[in-house]
Amino acid sequence: MGLETVFGHSFLTTRLDEAVNWGRKYSFFQYPFVTACCGMEYMSVFASAYDIARFGAEYPRFSPRQADVLFVVGTVNEKLAPVLKRVYDQMCEPKWVVSFGVCATSGGFYDNYATVQGIDKIIPVDIYIPGCPPRPEAILDALIKLQEKVSRESVLDRKYK
Amino acid sequence: MTNYLLETFKAKFPDDVLDTHAFRGDETVILKKEALLKAAAFLKDELGFDFLMDLTAADYLPREPRFELVCHFYSSKNNYRLRLKCPVAGTDARVASLTSLWTGANWFEREAYDMYGIKFEGHPDLRRILMYDGFEGHPLRKDYPLKKRQPRIPHRE
Amino acid sequence: MEKKNAETQKNWNLETLEDGRMVLNMGPSHPAMHGIVRVLLTVQGERVADSDVEIGYLHRGFEKTCENITYNQCVPYTDRLNYVSPLINNVGYALAVEKLMGIETPARCQYIRVIMSELSRLTDHLTCIGANAMELAAFTVYFYLINAREEIYRLTDAVAGGRVTPAYTRVGGLTRDLPPDFARMTAEVFKKVRKNLSDADKLLTRNRIFYDRLHNVGNISKEDAIAFSFTGPALRSTGIPLDVRKATPYLVYDRFDFDIPVGSNGDNYDRYLVRLEEMKQSMRIVEQALAQLPGGPINHPDFNVILPPKEEVAGNIEALMAHFKLTFEGVKPPKGEVYQAVEGGNGELGFYIVSDGTGSPWRLRVRPPCFALTGGLSQMIKGGYIADIVSTFGQINMIGGELER
Repeated sequence: MGLETVFGHSFLTTRLDEAVNWGRKYSFFQYPFVTACCGMEYMSVFASAYDIARFGAEYPRFSPRQADVLFVVGTVNEKLAPVLKRVYDQMCEPKWVVSFGVCATSGGFYDNYATVQGIDKIIPVDIYIPGCPPRPEAILDALIKLQEKVSRESVLDRKYK
Repeated sequence: MTNYLLETFKAKFPDDVLDTHAFRGDETVILKKEALLKAAAFLKDELGFDFLMDLTAADYLPREPRFELVCHFYSSKNNYRLRLKCPVAGTDARVASLTSLWTGANWFEREAYDMYGIKFEGHPDLRRILMYDGFEGHPLRKDYPLKKRQPRIPHRE
Repeated sequence: MEKKNAETQKNWNLETLEDGRMVLNMGPSHPAMHGIVRVLLTVQGERVADSDVEIGYLHRGFEKTCENITYNQCVPYTDRLNYVSPLINNVGYALAVEKLMGIETPARCQYIRVIMSELSRLTDHLTCIGANAMELAAFTVYFYLINAREEIYRLTDAVAGGRVTPAYTRVGGLTRDLPPDFARMTAEVFKKVRKNLSDADKLLTRNRIFYDRLHNVGNISKEDAIAFSFTGPALRSTGIPLDVRKATPYLVYDRFDFDIPVGSNGDNYDRYLVRLEEMKQSMRIVEQALAQLPGGPINHPDFNVILPPKEEVAGNIEALMAHFKLTFEGVKPPKGEVYQAVEGGNGELGFYIVSDGTGSPWRLRVRPPCFALTGGLSQMIKGGYIADIVSTFGQINMIGGELER
């Protein structure tokens, strides 16, 4: 940035929260819990046309223990619900959940014996993305919203203790 | 207009064929479920229907016999399709399995069992395929409510 | 919470697991199990001795839902069956209902349906090969092919107003006509797609690593493929030239000149080559269809089948009543049952509809091509390495929405 040449060997002061959150929000390791149609747009947003890497969140970890953000992409049904719960429980704090598409958000137009009416019946959710499936722009927008949310958090929040 | 295939069937199984029709050109034979296995073997070995394209069921609830097993056969040699249907009573929902003729019938029959509760006799591994252990009832039956959920884990609120 | 039901439990007899075998669980949430399938493997060292494929993690009650809504309301649900090639599902469903009603759509509509089906086949195969290559560590190819798919999505977006799930067909017609400069847009898109395809071809087809990972892996014989009711690229890779578009031509497929590529080995490499060639054939079909594209209406003239145009509704009492009845009660096919097959991305996609004369289907059954394919997965991976499951599973192109509906 050129700043380091100006400041030389001096030091900067900042709030711990801000330094930590700055680091967190630009290096999300995500766990893609891809189940259904929304996965197509998820693939698009990963590829070079939309390029989620610009936001520092391009690195998928398929081990929940190494992930920060859980992307629940697509419909979750009753058979899958325990699997989702287990993946969420295995993730370390701090962790965030993005509900991707209407099926994950509310069950969408699948209102029947098989589907769970929104993953928030199973796990807590931070960001909801509407759309069936959402366009890639909406996904990037949601990611920016999540970054804003993370930047407002404090290391003293209960969930980090 | 007589139909060669349907006539052959009637001649071969005079006691078992209940009805035939060709609605919109889809030739259909309705026969007793006891004759299903031998009719399918006849189709495969003598008429050259090598593909079991689909096997499913349907529920006509107020009517008795309640279920209908529906098989779609396809002959790649003659490029011909045929539908075979067997009425199955709700009180005695058992049919002979076609797995001895087509290995692929395995999963189709498991699905029909899962969704309708029709038991396939002679099936090597008849268990649920789409629903889970502990699910009670068969969801595609007409008397199963559309929104009756059976969660595996308690939901938050 | 879970009740163990003796009837539904596979008997994994642990005492028989002698001589160093072990049970390994793969999925349901596993990077290679795109979609969500669980494979319980019994492995001996690195080799798969036995396996049990468990599905149902994306069962969304499609068939039951459709029994409770009108025929046209089912169209958006059909999008989400095979969400990699949604337009083929739309077309197949519309054709099935039209067959049930005994009507035929105008020529222009049929041509447009062919064009959109083939575009969908392109997206299907692009996604399949791209994802498969990515899983086998050829990440660049994924970018190339997804970029090509992105171009086609833009085309679909311009035509139908949706990228992935456009719900483009209606019983008796389409939601809208092609945009005026569609032919030019398609030509531009195909130029890019061809470039991307040839790049991917150069990177993969003669690539030693890719070849070794696919060649002679996941073999299946002709007889087994037929016994498992395989259709589509998986069947054609064994050398059987069966394609619904050629065997029982629907729409106007008999007016085009195209080839059905077949393999010889029935392995993953052949399936890859078949898909690659099919994409080129699809582009050929679209170009021929655009050259022959007739003018005229896109919808069936009968207002009891399809919604009348808005100006008619506002100015004509007959049209207004038809609009009202169609919206509330839906189209009412006569009593009867039909089965209509189309060539989906993975093989024969069939719709079996039973009508009781009311506005919603009594029974709507989908014959999903990859249900049969996934049924044969156990046999295809048996005896192979654990790592080979990835390429086999990728090449049968399992699509959850269609498999489990």
